[in-house]
Parts: sequence; C-alpha cells; structure tokens
Amino acid sequence: MLWLLFFLVTAIHAELCQPDAKNAFKVRLSIKTALGDKAYTWDANEEYLFKAMIAFSMRKVPNRGTTDISHVLVCNVTQRVSFWFVVTDPSKNYTLPADEIQLAVRMNRNRINNAFSLNDQTLEFLKIPSTLAPPTDPSVPIWIIIFGVIFSIVIVAITLLVLSGIWQRRRKNKGPPEVDDAEDKCENTITIENGISSDSLDMKGWHVNDTFVTEDERLTPL
Amino acid sequence: MEKARPLWANPLQFVFACISYAVGLGNVWRFPYLCQMYGGGSFLVPYVVMLIVEGMPLLYLELAVGQRMRQGSIGAWRAISPYLSGVGVASVVVSFFLSMYYNVINAWAFWYLFHSFQNPLPWSRCPLNGNRTGYDQECELASSTQYFWYRKTLNISPSIQESGGVQWEPALCLVLAWLVVYLCILRGTASTGKVVYFTALLPYCVLIIYLVRGLTLHGATNGLVYMFTPKVEQLANPKAWINAATQIFFSLGLGFGSLIAFASYNEPSSNCQRHAVIVSLINSSTSIFASVVTFSIYGFKATFNYESCVNRVILLLTNSFDLEDGFLTASNLEQVKGYLASTYPSRYSEVFPQMRNCSLEAELDTAVQGTGLAFIVYTEAIKNMEVSQLWSVLYFFMLLMLGIGSMLGNTAAILTPLTDSKAISSRLPKEAISGLVCLISCAIGMVFTTEAGNYWFDIFNDYAATLSLLLIVLVEIAAVCYVYGLRRFASDLQAMTGHPLNWYWKVMWAGVSPLILISLLLFYLSDYVLTGTLQYQAWDAAQGQLVTKDYPTYALAVIGLLVASSTMCIPLLALVAFILRCLRRGGDTASEA
Repeated sequence: MLWLLFFLVTAIHAELCQPDAKNAFKVRLSIKTALGDKAYTWDANEEYLFKAMIAFSMRKVPNRGTTDISHVLVCNVTQRVSFWFVVTDPSKNYTLPADEIQLAVRMNRNRINNAFSLNDQTLEFLKIPSTLAPPTDPSVPIWIIIFGVIFSIVIVAITLLVLSGIWQRRRKNKGPPEVDDAEDKCENTITIENGISSDSLDMKGWHVNDTFVTEDERLTPL
Repeated sequence: MEKARPLWANPLQFVFACISYAVGLGNVWRFPYLCQMYGGGSFLVPYVVMLIVEGMPLLYLELAVGQRMRQGSIGAWRAISPYLSGVGVASVVVSFFLSMYYNVINAWAFWYLFHSFQNPLPWSRCPLNGNRTGYDQECELASSTQYFWYRKTLNISPSIQESGGVQWEPALCLVLAWLVVYLCILRGTASTGKVVYFTALLPYCVLIIYLVRGLTLHGATNGLVYMFTPKVEQLANPKAWINAATQIFFSLGLGFGSLIAFASYNEPSSNCQRHAVIVSLINSSTSIFASVVTFSIYGFKATFNYESCVNRVILLLTNSFDLEDGFLTASNLEQVKGYLASTYPSRYSEVFPQMRNCSLEAELDTAVQGTGLAFIVYTEAIKNMEVSQLWSVLYFFMLLMLGIGSMLGNTAAILTPLTDSKAISSRLPKEAISGLVCLISCAIGMVFTTEAGNYWFDIFNDYAATLSLLLIVLVEIAAVCYVYGLRRFASDLQAMTGHPLNWYWKVMWAGVSPLILISLLLFYLSDYVLTGTLQYQAWDAAQGQLVTKDYPTYALAVIGLLVASSTMCIPLLALVAFILRCLRRGGDTASEA
C-alpha cells in the first residue's frame, strides 16, 4: 500500500514537474565560471537550499505565506548545472501560476543570488528577465564640470594676454615722441652713411643730439 | 621704416613648429590604414622612395621660398612674379577651408577627453532601453563604441538632407577648441614658439607610453605580424605608389602656405636644407612609429573580439546541450563540435545557424581609417584595457596635441599674409585680426555640429584640399624653376645661407617632382571623372551600420565650389594682374604722349 502511495506521489510529482511543463521554470547555474577554483559541487544539499530560497520568496508574496519547502519540486538536473522547478499549492495537486513565481523571484533575486554567491549572469532563470541596474547618473554630468574648469582657465589666460598686450602698447605710445622720431632718423642716417646693418648697432644705448641730426638732413643724401 | 619682422627665439622653435604642424592626425589614422591595404611591410618601399624623391625636395622648396622672401604666401609669390599672387591667395583660401573643418576634430577630442573621467567609460556599456530589461536597440545592433560615436557624440541624422539643428554639446566643445587655438596664436611667434614645444614633444611621450603598453598587451603580436608581413606583389600595384606619393604629399602639409609662413620668421642665414631633411625624416618615422602602436592595439582588439566570439560559441553549445560548465574550452571546441554533430544531429542543426564562425584574420582584416579609427576602434581597444580611464585620457590628450599643432600651422598660413598686408595691419592690432579669423571660422564651423555635420565634414575632408593642393604646389614649383629661374633662385639661396645648392635638389625641382605631381593630378582627375556620381557613407540607426548613399545636387554644387574657389584664384589673379599692368602701361604711354 505504502509503495503504491509512494509511486502515486512520485508520479504526480513527475507530472507536475517536467521540462516545459505548465508554470515550470528552467534554472541554469554556471558555478565554475563564477567561482573558478572555489566552485562547489551541486548536490542534494545545494538543491535543498534552492528549494528553501524559492519557498522563502513565495512566502513574501501576499497570499502565499504558507509555502513550504516540500511544495517546491525540482526535476531534470543535468551536468550543466541546470534543472526545472515548479511550486505547488499546499494540496500538491496543481502548480502555482507562473506570474506569481516570476514576481516572487524578481523581488528577491538579490537574496537568491547571494545565497549561492552567484549573480544575475551565472544564476539564470530562463523566462524571468532580470531588472538591469540603471547606471548612476550624477545630477550634473561630469564632463560639464571638467569642461567648465578648462573653459574658465582658457578665458582667464586669453584675457590676461590681451590686457597685457594693450597695456604694453599704451606704455610704448606714452614715451616722448621726439625721442622716437630722432631714433628713427638716426637709424636712417646710419644705414645710409655706413652701410653697416643697423642690427649690429644697439639703438637703445644711443643718446641723440638733435642738432647733429637736423644738419645731416640738410645735406644731400649719399 | 618697416617694423622688424618677429623672429623665432631660436632655430629649435622653428623645427618644432614644422614638426608639430606636419605630424598630425594623418600620421596616426591614415598611414596605418595604407600600410595595411597595400602590402604591410612592403609599403615602406614606395613610401621611402616617394619621401626622397618628392617629399624632401618640395618641403625644401617651400621653406627656402619662405625664408628668402620673408613674407607670407601671398607676398612671397607676388615677389616671385606679380602674376602669381593668385597662388598665395589660393593657399590662403585652402587653409581657411581646412581650419574651418579641422578644428571640429579637436572639438570631438575634447568631448571624448572630458568623458574619460568617468567609471565606467561611457562608451564601454550600452544604455538601457525603456523598461530596463535589455539594452538600447541601436546599441545592440551596432557596438557600444559605435553607438557612443554616432548617437551620443554626433547624434547623426540618416542622411545629409536632414540637417537637424546645432547640437549644443559639440558646439560648446568647438568654441573651446577655437579659444585654445586663439590662446596659442594670440601673440604671434612669441606665443606660438612656446606652445610648439608642447605640441611637438608631448605626442611622442604618449606614443612611447602606448608603445610599451601596446606591445605588452595580450594578442599584440598577432596584429604586428599581420601588418608587417610583406606582400611583395603589392609593389606592382600602381595604387600603392600613388597612395604613397599622396600620403607623403599631404602628410607634410605642402601648399597650404604654413611652411612658407613659418620659414618667413626665420633668420635669413639659417640652414633650411638641413631643417627640411630633418622635418621630413621625423614626419615619416613618426608615421611608422604610430603604425606600430596602432597595429599592436589592433592585434589586441582583434584577439579580444576573437576570444569573445569563441566564448559565445562555447556558451551557446554548453547551454543547448547541457554540458558541464567549464568542460568546453577553446582547445577542444572543434573536437566536441564534431562529436555533438554526430551524436545529436537534429539538435546540432538547430543550433548551427546561430554559431558564428570565429576567425582572427577576419577581425584583423577590418581596416579602418580616419575618424572611425580614432574614435571607434581605438576606444574599443581602450575600454578593454585595465585602468582604461588613464589610457583614454592619455590617448585623447595626444590627439588634441597633434590636432592643435596642425591648427597652429593652418592659422599661421592665414594670419601671416593678413598681418603682412599693410592695409589691414595698420588698422587692427594683431590680436584683433587673429580674433576675427577665429571667430569667423568658429561661426562657420557650427555647420559641422549639426546632426548632418559629419557628412559635411566628410565633404570638406575629401574635397576641400586634395585637388587644389596638387595644382598649387605644381604651379609653385613651376614658378620657382621656370618663371623666377632656377639659377637665380640657387644664387639667392647661396647668398642667403652661404651654402651652394646641391645638384640633387636642382634635378628634383626641375624634373622629377613636377612629373610626379602631374601624374598624381592626372590620376585624381581621371578617377573623379570615371567614378561618375559621388557617394557617401550614411549611418542607418535601424540597422546599426553604414549604408552608401548618393550626394544630392546641392552637395555636389558645394563640392564643385570648394574646388573651384581655390583653383580659380590662380588664373583669375594672374588675369587681374595682367589687366592692371596693361592699364598702367596704357596710362604711362598716354602720359608720355
């Protein structure tokens, strides 16, 4: 009798939990990819933890507070590691709707991932898309801050250069005009007279005698 | 009495100015492409031959003319012959076109530089779609770096007709780029002379750092081996020689008037022959150096992509056949594929179409040039390096230095004739003239920041300078050799520098270089005529890739205008000079009578 009951139960279980069954979800784990050397082997204990996590997630859903570990059925475990699971109601006659399970898993995805030291990519629930974390957008985009800094430096530098150029020109213009003229004529006469390039003679040291220059002007040019 | 002409503080500044002008973005993004297309290591043969036969003589000619005439391009050519002031004006017009569109590249470099200070880099990840379950569709179809370039930087429209509005972000960067250029040219040679120390030397520092990093990257050797393996049969391909000649010509920046402008600020006795040889050698070696860096980066990127592709196939097979995680590796992949194909033929045939054939050669073969290389391929490689923010900042800083160095030369070519002309320089101070030129160029450059801006940029990049420069330099060399007289010019140079002119330069100037230029000109003209309608690459957001489209009529008109406005200056101004001379002679004879 007991054997018959056992077979019946397993048969019902087998019916409820099958690949592509109604309300069944496939789960895929990539433990070696995630953990490398520290990878653990998937055995019955890990399965038990998984069932516990799913039961825990279902308990958080408003109407399903009485979900127990025995209500979560796991089947078709492969080497991958991948398997299918369903969640049944307390009477174990039918499976709970997929939407509820999806909602429960999405809400507690982080906790489930952390229980296995995996993440969204290495612990995949096929057909349950994970909510991708949005990139953190600062209130002021960073590039504008850097742009502002460089822009202000350049503007300040330009203003300084332009102003210093204007100031230099004004200082040069303010010098007495006669000295300027005389210097000019002096340069002229020297180039005409000597043929030595004016570059070799230092103009600034010269102190010009006005009378000498004007006399020269009355002479015929050489 | 004329005010003394400003001079370079020392000859090193002049050499650095020429280097910083000649070594530009073309060395980084055009030469590696040519090297890859035309036979790898064997492309160096036509390149070096053209350098010796075409590059050095033409560079020496321009420097000698500038140093001898001691004026900007307009004044210099007017001094050679009054009928040839059109050559100078054509140079200024081409420089003006160039400065308008070239600074947009600096604006883009600024944009990427400012965005490099984030973690993670914005082009390393696709943005999420509306309901946060996946990534933006355009980004999925293309790649994240392409998406960042076409959508976030350019916000490109599907065709040149849909021009959209001015995008404020690139516009801001363009304004900043022009302000930086203005800051550098503000005081003429005094400020330019100091800036060129940085713009000439810093790119080399970055290139050396990148060389060390690039050679130590995983997979770099794949790229280097692929590039430098000579394909000797390409030597027989005339296109290889033509492209080598073209690359040397444009890389040195001949014909813009910048070299004449720089040389005009030289002491008359400086040895411009030595400078010409040094600058051209440095320019070419920088090209080769930059291509070593580029190809190690290519190798890294190709290997990374190839390994990602293989991993994707492994994951697909592992998931479809529920194999043990970690069982499939790259080494046993083929074996297991064979085993699976034979054991589960039906399931395998279902999976097979999704499996892409991963090939390292295919990844290496993607030859890219221009902005695509700089802003898409390089950023893709950088995002996979460790400490990618540092590499990104270094790289875009180097691009900026190269770009600004070239801009200094361009603006010098425009400003030197303007400041030489007494009509303008007596009314406005130097700062105001520079400011006005920068302002006008910036205002017109806003066209390139619209949504269709990148298409107009391509038009300017391909047509504004190419044909006109060949013609300008041809007329220049003919003018010096045959109008002014080669013997007279040689004796001028001897009087100026103290060294006699080597027979090699005489042979090159009189015969070989003009022949090369004429053949280049004929080739390009026939190429334009034979291709019929001109086409461009437009970005299709729905497919996530480039598609070819025809230019509308008004774009073709703009192209024609670009080429005509510079080339027509030469005959027009010659005609004007001739008419003026006739009128004057008529007036003289009338007054005599």
